[in-house]
Amino acid sequence: MRADMTALSTDRRVVLKAMLAAGGTLAFDIQIAAAQGAKPNGAASARISAYVAIAADNTVSITSKNPEIGQGVKAMLPMLIAEELDVAWASVKVEQAVADQSRFGEQFAGGSMTTPMNWMPMRQAGATARAMIVAAAAKQWGVPAAELSTSAGEVIHAATKRRAPYAALAAAAAKEAVPDVASLNLKDPATFAIIGKPVRGPDTPAIVAGKPLFGVDAVLPGMVHAALLTAPVRGATLKSHDAAKALALPGVRKVVALRQLGHDDAPVDALAVVADSWWTASEACKLLVAQWDNGGRDKHSDAAFAGAAKAAFAGKPATSVRKEGDVDAALAKAAKVVSAQYSYPFLAHATLEPQNCTAQFKDGKLELWVPSQIPNEGKDLVAKALGLAPETVSVSVTRIGGGFGRRLQSDFMIFAAAIAREVPGVPVKLILDREEDFKLDFFRPAGFHKLDAGLDASGKLVAFSTHFVTFGAKGQPGRGGELPNDLVPANLVPDMDLGMTVLDSNVPLGWLRAPGSNALAFATQAFLDEVAGAAGKTLPIFMLGVLGAPRLVSPPKIPGVPDIWQPPAFHTGRAAAVTLEAMKMSGWKDEPVKGRGFGFYFSHLGYFAVVADCAQVDGAVRVTKMYVAGDIGSTIINPMNAEQQIRGAMIEGIGHVISGLKVPFANGQVQVANFDAYPLPRIDVVPPIAISMVRSDNPPTGLGEPALPPAVAAVANAVSSLMGKRVRSLPYEG
Amino acid sequence: MPTMLKVNGTPREVNVPGEKPLLWVLREDLGYLGPKFGCGAGLCGACTVHLDGQAIRSCITPINAVGDAAITTIEGVAASVVGKKVSEAWVDLDVPQCGYCQAGQIMSAVALLEANPSPSDADIDSAMAGNLCRCSTYHRIRDAIKQAAGGTNAR
Repeated sequence: MRADMTALSTDRRVVLKAMLAAGGTLAFDIQIAAAQGAKPNGAASARISAYVAIAADNTVSITSKNPEIGQGVKAMLPMLIAEELDVAWASVKVEQAVADQSRFGEQFAGGSMTTPMNWMPMRQAGATARAMIVAAAAKQWGVPAAELSTSAGEVIHAATKRRAPYAALAAAAAKEAVPDVASLNLKDPATFAIIGKPVRGPDTPAIVAGKPLFGVDAVLPGMVHAALLTAPVRGATLKSHDAAKALALPGVRKVVALRQLGHDDAPVDALAVVADSWWTASEACKLLVAQWDNGGRDKHSDAAFAGAAKAAFAGKPATSVRKEGDVDAALAKAAKVVSAQYSYPFLAHATLEPQNCTAQFKDGKLELWVPSQIPNEGKDLVAKALGLAPETVSVSVTRIGGGFGRRLQSDFMIFAAAIAREVPGVPVKLILDREEDFKLDFFRPAGFHKLDAGLDASGKLVAFSTHFVTFGAKGQPGRGGELPNDLVPANLVPDMDLGMTVLDSNVPLGWLRAPGSNALAFATQAFLDEVAGAAGKTLPIFMLGVLGAPRLVSPPKIPGVPDIWQPPAFHTGRAAAVTLEAMKMSGWKDEPVKGRGFGFYFSHLGYFAVVADCAQVDGAVRVTKMYVAGDIGSTIINPMNAEQQIRGAMIEGIGHVISGLKVPFANGQVQVANFDAYPLPRIDVVPPIAISMVRSDNPPTGLGEPALPPAVAAVANAVSSLMGKRVRSLPYEG
Repeated sequence: MPTMLKVNGTPREVNVPGEKPLLWVLREDLGYLGPKFGCGAGLCGACTVHLDGQAIRSCITPINAVGDAAITTIEGVAASVVGKKVSEAWVDLDVPQCGYCQAGQIMSAVALLEANPSPSDADIDSAMAGNLCRCSTYHRIRDAIKQAAGGTNAR
């Protein structure tokens, strides 16, 4: 979700508009809580702000505002608050916020944005509550607030040796004026007691005990269940159907036809069976007889896409994203020119928890319980799709069984709401079965690259161009299919040309973990591995030359795009530092080592370099070891979780290259129905992974995504080295 | 037709079609929401429970195939010595990321350790390869199994 695109899609504009409102919402939020008199929350607790309530036993309830998808925010955000509130982590109880933009501002899980957007605001939220507690103590004790200190949930007046637990002051603190943000004294990072220490997920004990936490676990009194059937060809419309056999199945309540619902740019028709059991609803779906109108969408197939890309490469790109100097002239006079074509497939998100949503229409109000990465937008889209006033829709966010970007689309919320409207007063839980979950995904766009690079007589990279054939509509690339104007290494050479041609298709597109970057890293870093070879160098050493002196490289601003979504400046020094660190960790040699590959990428404000070693084990290519060096700023907020995020990204990288992940399309139909055809990495392919984080003097940024792109590149380059044959198309299939 | 099941040591009666998968009987009819639906085809392992101590995929096991076998779910697994050790190791090492697959992972791990108290890496890989973790918490799964087995953390 970086702003590395030439045009904003509708979704991004919605996110963007809301994001611009962020920042300023925190003080507002605390004002509301204070204005409401901070009513006790439960029998013996006092609410000081939307984020902090303190119980009589000095237990601190901290609200985590963003959805938890396994990225660890349910520990990370409360850690920031607890640190500045100055309480012991053991006394903290974490609560998940409902979707409420007026109180919490932005609440989405995407773009690795939770950390950069909340590092200061959440610390300020903790410091605000602390200041209010201190102010209350100062009043009660008749001493200046400046003479008071705090420690582990207690206010202390050293001179008179008085101490009071926060609990004794919380009710009074709630009535204190909310201090100005500028007046807050934030801790010196050297004194952090929680930030930077390993913290377990607050839900871990409940997960291990099998407690109901996830969307699929929602149970409401009188609840019924729904399953969905959609057309084999994505986007086909429903001509007619016969539900008699399905309705005859005992337990089936209703069959509902849904028309043109879901996403604006990929609406679907569907039949929903409502029954007293999900299993019954699912069985009944198999008895539905439906006729669909493909509307010509069955012409779309991988073969047609490849043919269209080939035709596009025969001509000029339809759009120029960025052009500097004269790349044709530079290539013409280069000592060496390297040219190659790269391609990669559509990918699915395949969250292990299938898309689901529980909805109830009652007394003119719609209530949703949903694992959504972007619940406030989902709420608005549901209201719009069903013609409801937004204030009549409320959304509770459950724990989420994997996101990876799939749940940034809200189609399943709209389906559930539309079904619930047909059974007024009755709660209904919609769960997609695995086949529908694959059919209704918004796929990581496939892509094709024609790449040319020029080297001068000394082996220096002097020219770089790509013609990128991507997917979208009406000449505009779809979600995750954009070509950024700051593509490395084009942004570092004098003569460059970034051109793009967009193919139309019926394949709905969506952001997948490190969108854009997870594919572009492969195409550019694998190609650059070839270019480095032509220059007689290994890739990391060649990269250090391309990066040059430490400096900030700012891409040109994209007209009409607000600052927050402008492509960020790229620091060559931070890139070189992680490259050097990965070389050092792995004992990188000047000469190529068979089976060893390197990849670097900058995305989501994070700099990562990866070295992968691979070998043939029992006839199959296996990654045997990975080394990761990363720079996400000054602080690793929760090292316990950071290690998991990076390992997960490495293993996902292995999946993109050698596990065989791809979603083929034929006759407009998704050719993957279940995990047997989508072989995600399992425990037996997992190598040891060494991690080293380079600390730089920058505010901390997110970790859910930026380690993935270079992992894809490093594994691809390792396989090329091992097999002695360049991997130019993913997945590697031998 | 009523069917008698024994879940986590407690006899339970259900009146559902015999071909209804055990997963959905547990989740919908008996209120055990720990076992999860992932694929409906025995491919991901999220629904793993024990039948007489053997790890099975409850999403493809009709209840008429259960007979009088003792069913253990994640909710009851910590009642055994091995189950308790595994659960504690899982919390101690903070294995879950999203957490959705973990009930199934723990059930497979407990079945492994009941049969093989000192598994090698290869034993662990072979016993756990049927359980998908989309977040890829596999390193900590290995570590937790070894910790529960009483060994040291190799990685």
